[in-house]
Amino acid sequence: MSGRPAVELQDVHKSFGHTEVLRGIDLAVPEHGVVCLIGASGSGKSTLLRCVNLLEPLDRGSIFLDGEEITAEGVDVNRVRREIGIVFQAYNLFPHMTVLRNVTLGPRNALGLSRADAEARADELLTRFGLEDKRDAYPDSLSGGQQQRVAIVRALALRPKLMLLDEITSALDPELVAEVLNVVRELAQGGMTMLIATHEMAFARDIADRVCFLDEGVILEEGTPDQIFAEPRQPRTQQFLARIVAAGRL
Amino acid sequence: MALEQDERSGPRLGDRSSRILGGPGGGRSAAIAAVSTIVFFGVLVLLVVNSPNWPEVREQFFNWRVFRNSFPDIADAFKTNVKLFLSAEVFILVFGLFLAVLRSLPGPVFFPLRVLSTAYTDVFRGIPTILLVYMLGFGIPGLQLSGVPNSQFFWAAVALVLVYSAYVAEVYRAGIESVHPSQTAAARSLGLTHAQSMRYVVVPQAVRRVVPPLLNDFIGLQKDTALVALLGVVEAFRQSQIESAGAFNHTPYLATALLFLLLTIPLTRFTDWLIARNRRRELARA
Repeated sequence: MSGRPAVELQDVHKSFGHTEVLRGIDLAVPEHGVVCLIGASGSGKSTLLRCVNLLEPLDRGSIFLDGEEITAEGVDVNRVRREIGIVFQAYNLFPHMTVLRNVTLGPRNALGLSRADAEARADELLTRFGLEDKRDAYPDSLSGGQQQRVAIVRALALRPKLMLLDEITSALDPELVAEVLNVVRELAQGGMTMLIATHEMAFARDIADRVCFLDEGVILEEGTPDQIFAEPRQPRTQQFLARIVAAGRL
Repeated sequence: MALEQDERSGPRLGDRSSRILGGPGGGRSAAIAAVSTIVFFGVLVLLVVNSPNWPEVREQFFNWRVFRNSFPDIADAFKTNVKLFLSAEVFILVFGLFLAVLRSLPGPVFFPLRVLSTAYTDVFRGIPTILLVYMLGFGIPGLQLSGVPNSQFFWAAVALVLVYSAYVAEVYRAGIESVHPSQTAAARSLGLTHAQSMRYVVVPQAVRRVVPPLLNDFIGLQKDTALVALLGVVEAFRQSQIESAGAFNHTPYLATALLFLLLTIPLTRFTDWLIARNRRRELARA
């Protein structure tokens, strides 16, 4: 952990119409670090991740990736996105493509790798995550957990510097959550820098170096998992965690 | 008991035969349907056949001898319709997709192109096809421009391409818009450009979804090939006019109608089959 920030957000603001979703976010994820964003639905976690991947333009503030301001004028968004992997809640696999083509699309068409190189890279990743026998299957025929693992592999195939995970287990049946979280654990152990929005508090507590509690578009409280989960200081954080505990999720 | 329950729950979705029979399957309703059909069409035929002028109409429209004499020439002329349909179709598919993609370009820079594409579809969907066939077919050869084809067949084809591309562009556009934005987000998140994500992710899914409505437009196009008769191009309808004038009999029109049905009905059935299959797949997925 520690070291220079791989990604840094400064005073990030974002509105949709008259709704201000992000109201001044300052956040840094150190290289090889794992930061978890927790907070109620609508607190701005997903928007924050989409802003980092430049899928949403900022209204104010800046984002730095490896020291380069990626929100500056004239930055090639496609180049930036090739260095950042994002995994979505609803998987967003391409239903008309096989697993292999889903995974090689980025390397072949965005990175310009040859077909053979892209497929070798894909096969290596699919094997690593136990999906080698699914390489020619279509997403429809996979379980939710398998689809989400393919989505993770698809993002990893670009060899990103940073992975953004947007509530990647929220759409899964409970019994499929573990297989996906284990993949994320393995990535964390491998030193992948990650910014994770999650509702899985036990997981966040286990995997995160730092936890940020988002509330109404600001980071209300930030600290180590032990600080946030054991002795939250802010009343709003205490309320949120109390509700989670009451729901039996922690 | 369970089986009976199942039958009561009505016809399965996409099961056309049971829908035509108008309700739950089973022997009794099939019998009712058969009797009702026989009675209905029986009465209809009796009414027509017993109408005061039936013998004359039969002679004018259902004359077997005239039919047999005129059919070969009309069938031969019908090849022109098929040729026109096939060649126009290729351009319509390409040009329509081009218009649709133009219209879905993002960002303020492309506003003029979006306006252009929108204006095009508005104008060419708004003009009656028959007018455009007239205007191009007589107008452009009339200009006597050098280096421009003067064949009326060519300009008739152009008119059909212009009109049907506008319709087809709208069909494509509906398809493009039906692809969920999260698919584009996923494609862009991999670092693909807008053009790449359209090419690899959005358009292939869109086209698959709009095949049935596209085929519907093709059926319309097949029929509208008869409009070029107005320019003097000898196709099936023009040929049947000639045959009809020669024999003082309307039966050649019936021959032409049959030829068109021979082409359009298989396509119509195929389209319906595709629609039913797509719906079954959607249901299976949901």
